[in-house]
Amino acid sequence: MALLEVENLQTHFRTPGGINRAVDGVSFHVNEGETLAIVGESGCGKSVTSMSLMRLIPEPPGRIAGSIRFAGRDLLKLSDREMRAIRGNDISMIFQEPMTSLNPVLTVGRQIRETLMIHQGLDKQAAEAHAVEMLTLVGIPEPKRRVGEYPHQLSGGMRQRVMIAVALACNPKLLIADEPTTALDVTIQAQILKLMLDLKRRVGAAIILITHDLGVVAEIAERVMVMYAGRKVEEAPVAELFRSPRHPYTQGLLGAVPKLGSSLAGTATRLAEIPGQVPDLRKPITGCVFAGRCALATDLCRQYAPGLEEKGPRHIAACHYAAKGAIAA
Amino acid sequence: MSVPLLQVNDLKKHFPINKGLFGRQTEFVYAVDGVSFEIARGETLSLVGESGCGKSTVGRAILRLFEITSGQVILDGQRIDDAAPGTMRQMRRRVQVVFQDPFSSLNPRMRVRDILAEPIRNFGLAKSAEDLEVRVTSLMDTVRLPREALNRRPHEFSGGQRQRIGIARALAAEPELIVCDEAVSALDVSVKAQIVNLLQDLQREFGLALLFISHDLAIVEHMTHRVAVMYLGKIVELAPRREIFAAPRHPYTKALLSAVPLPEPGAQRNPIILKGDVPSPINPPKGCRFHTRCPFVFDRCRTEEPTLRATGPEQWVACHLEEAAPAVSG
Ligand SMILES: Nc1ncnc2c1ncn2[C@@H]1O[C@H](COP(=O)(O)OP(=O)(O)OP(=O)(O)O)[C@@H](O)[C@H]1O
Ligand SMILES: Nc1ncnc2c1ncn2[C@@H]1O[C@H](COP(=O)(O)OP(=O)(O)OP(=O)(O)O)[C@@H](O)[C@H]1O
Ligand code: SF4
Ligand code: SF4
Ligand SMILES: [Mg+2]
Ligand SMILES: [Mg+2]
Repeated sequence: MALLEVENLQTHFRTPGGINRAVDGVSFHVNEGETLAIVGESGCGKSVTSMSLMRLIPEPPGRIAGSIRFAGRDLLKLSDREMRAIRGNDISMIFQEPMTSLNPVLTVGRQIRETLMIHQGLDKQAAEAHAVEMLTLVGIPEPKRRVGEYPHQLSGGMRQRVMIAVALACNPKLLIADEPTTALDVTIQAQILKLMLDLKRRVGAAIILITHDLGVVAEIAERVMVMYAGRKVEEAPVAELFRSPRHPYTQGLLGAVPKLGSSLAGTATRLAEIPGQVPDLRKPITGCVFAGRCALATDLCRQYAPGLEEKGPRHIAACHYAAKGAIAA
Repeated sequence: MSVPLLQVNDLKKHFPINKGLFGRQTEFVYAVDGVSFEIARGETLSLVGESGCGKSTVGRAILRLFEITSGQVILDGQRIDDAAPGTMRQMRRRVQVVFQDPFSSLNPRMRVRDILAEPIRNFGLAKSAEDLEVRVTSLMDTVRLPREALNRRPHEFSGGQRQRIGIARALAAEPELIVCDEAVSALDVSVKAQIVNLLQDLQREFGLALLFISHDLAIVEHMTHRVAVMYLGKIVELAPRREIFAAPRHPYTKALLSAVPLPEPGAQRNPIILKGDVPSPINPPKGCRFHTRCPFVFDRCRTEEPTLRATGPEQWVACHLEEAAPAVSG
């Protein structure tokens, strides 16, 4: 059953240069116990989408429209108070830049403790003990001492793990993880991914995972949504997407992934780029959003925006020329 | 032999931490505890290792963002760890940094235009107002940000876009060495490729040197000349790219490389799972610092600390299993 259903989400920002349509009509769902990965070019609207789900977009200059149904309730219709009760409790988020979400003047122990006291109703002592336990779980050595430290005394990856500890502390039903492991080495990354999967197993939580690391996507996601310039351009189960990406942007993206060991084999070559730039989202876009960079673009593409169409088993893409049906691997 | 661009000799940085309520007894975080390496002009040295092992601290010591505990940092033959402010000013242009956390390193009140113009003005690099404008706009092109974004402030950008502003700011000073602390981690593969290709072009054209701190081992493998693997404040292996990735020697390096997730769903890997206590830099274990988790630990590891030994022409490893090799000083 769908735990979260997002329909026609539009998050726009008023800027001096015009309205920035950062997210422009995105629909998707996440089932209970499911992991959905969101991937796409830097600036395509992934963080804005997730901040919209949490209703953490500053309004103004931002404005959110559409509907976000979580466990049957439309989050956009809730009062601020009701929303606060959901945030951190039912839905929690791991933010992309830890320093922006941790309070620099409070010790990390206090930050975890307060979350636990507010949302779980624990007393101070129990919260303190649980905070230490959470830091142990995310692999921070000497947690008893670390609870007394301030964010600037920690390494980048430790801060990220503190934030993960805060997010996991209350066993949320939906965990939104925005680049949760970019500051972590691969061994600790594996440990954190395992914690997220444990949460899923234990409380049937759903996970929205935003990442540029396609290795992590391959490892833990069940379904993948690809965004480009504020829209969803493709969506498919993970194996299907990696095996037969249909949208030219997705094909470019997967083609650009450097693989460990690949440059040792031959002479080092340049990494593959997708040439060109994303369109200016403050100007209306007629036609396909990817047309300016697509090698296959025709007049049809420049005139008419392609709709999301079924291209394969549970596989949709927005491209006039994307192949339909099963593709032999 | 020519002088290396950067020499770091036995660098130590111990952060004091307060113990007890009144902060009287002081203990230390042995964040960096005796690290030595060199970087040649036009070379990329990557610094990899576990989160918290001291990589950013090494980078910040080179930039002299704090006073180091002991050791030397030598740029182009001149010591900079104790240089006077006048000398330091010139050095500051020559060594730039891209910080790990872009948001906190950009002034939220400044527009991108001013963020980029600041180093150009400070170091007197522009010949005229027009030249300044040309430089600023071409930096935007270089990091693939639209020119109209020059008038925006940091909070109006996505994480990856902010990271690119940080990269543009570092490039603005026309440095000889850039400390890239997770500089491309927040970027999607295509933008990452653009920036990495650009850095490599600058390296070929102008001999730009890079200290590349990263957890992204596929990118490291692609672009680096040599790799230093750190564990708990020390370098445990230092070797050219090919040796590190094709034939790693140190047990920690082996475990690290085996844990990289592959971009293929269902791909089979056999990661070496490290068990045992993760030690802390406040109380580093006696003997080999890796002994609490090493799959090959034996008695001697618990008492005697292994030194970095040459195991090949340019390969150094700190592990008792590499016993046969002669020890190197430093
Ligand atoms: N407060 C704001 N005011 C104006 N524009 C904004 C604001 N916040 C975000 N944007 C714009 O919205 C767009 C989408 O940003 P978002 O942070 O969602 O990107 P992203 O997909 O998360 O990228 P990244 O991978 O780099 O983190 C960007 O073009 C950004 O400039
Ligand atoms: N200002 C400070 N005061 C006290 N301790 C500090 C300070 N800065 C760093 N440390 C400690 O020094 C150690 C090394 O931190 P550093 O930031 O260098 O790690 P890192 O290797 O960059 O890790 P990451 O990969 O997570 O960014 C950590 O234990 C950290 O807590
Ligand atoms: S619709 Fe046309 S321009 Fe858009 S992705 Fe498909 S082929 Fe390319
Ligand atoms: S010295 Fe001993 S504990 Fe340390 S890495 Fe070598 S075998 Fe392992
Ligand atoms: Mg983002
Ligand atoms: Mg760091």
